[in-house]
Amino acid sequence: MNDAPVIALSPETVLDEMKKNGVSHVVWLPDSETNWLYLLMKAEPSLRLVGVSREGHACSIAAGLSTAGAKPLILIQNTGMMESGDSLRGWLLGLNIPVVLMVGYRGWTRHGVNQDSAATYTERFLNAFGLNYYLVESDADAPRITIAFEEAERSKKPVVVLVGDEYHGFNR
Amino acid sequence: MHTADMLRVFAPYREGAIVVPGRGGRYWTDLTTRPNLDVPLGDPAMGGHAGFALGLALARPDKRVVLFDSEGDILMSLGMLVTIAEQQPANFYHFLIDNGCYATTGGQPVPNADNVAYDVIARGAGYPRAFAFDELEQFSSNLPDILENPGPVFVSLKVVPEFENAPIGRRRRWQTRTRGQVIADLRAELGVDFGRWPTRQFLAQCPGTHAPYRFRCLPTQ
Repeated sequence: MNDAPVIALSPETVLDEMKKNGVSHVVWLPDSETNWLYLLMKAEPSLRLVGVSREGHACSIAAGLSTAGAKPLILIQNTGMMESGDSLRGWLLGLNIPVVLMVGYRGWTRHGVNQDSAATYTERFLNAFGLNYYLVESDADAPRITIAFEEAERSKKPVVVLVGDEYHGFNR
Repeated sequence: MHTADMLRVFAPYREGAIVVPGRGGRYWTDLTTRPNLDVPLGDPAMGGHAGFALGLALARPDKRVVLFDSEGDILMSLGMLVTIAEQQPANFYHFLIDNGCYATTGGQPVPNADNVAYDVIARGAGYPRAFAFDELEQFSSNLPDILENPGPVFVSLKVVPEFENAPIGRRRRWQTRTRGQVIADLRAELGVDFGRWPTRQFLAQCPGTHAPYRFRCLPTQ
């Protein structure tokens, strides 16, 4: 029997980070990690959820929100982030939009051997675009989310938080 | 209907609206009386104008946002219509300039150009009101009613194609401001706090209309 404590990133922690950093809108497309978080966000009156049908749409929407004074967060999966390449370039990097993208790291394994090319190309993609990123695996890593928000504001660039854990939304 | 004539009809009704002129920008610059409320970004990434305008509208529900989208853009992002319809921004007025072609690349037709009913697509996506006009007089007589009622509303406008074949580098540049300047002006007009946005330095380092922000204009700390 394995008595090791469960290391997890709870959706409550993620929501707290959003509130602490003054997020006004979450522009998002669901992935398999975010179901429980969705329920929490939906119940949170300070957040407005803007659902998109393709991740690239989130970039231009977030650019408009930020330009007019709101504070958006983009919540997508790594597959969709890669699909969004030109929108990231034009609407976020090109317009110097200070936004955090929380990106579900599908296929990620700590030991580096994965069966999913989505994980294989994620960090290569980020490096190609010159996007800085922070890995968050558990509640203990949550302060990195605030670091990402601060860096985005300081650099006027998008900063990525890679979520290397499920929120255990389906396992409760 | 010509794009410039259509925009001339709209201009008197603009009042204090934020205007995203999209690919109508080159005509709008000669008509606008509130340039600091205009957002002529050119083409940051094709397919995103509707999303950008939606973001503006959601952030500032007290301001009317008028978008002049194009059919080439919206065809890249039809799913955006569903998002806009779900959000139901009452301050969002979505005009579509449909010239049936990719004008900036020489006028090649968009897919199925002669058979697409964009107003029907918008209504099917959930827009509560959608219209289509191909005559300037029709548009002119209906515009007051369109603007007097809340959005979101979608207005498809069939216009005469006016395309260019000259290489892009040889075309007349209609933009008078950099993208950084456009955003800085809009934020100032809206009273948005710049925070540590280094406006003066940023702008000083961005001459021309399409400055390569990434490498030459990175804001300093």
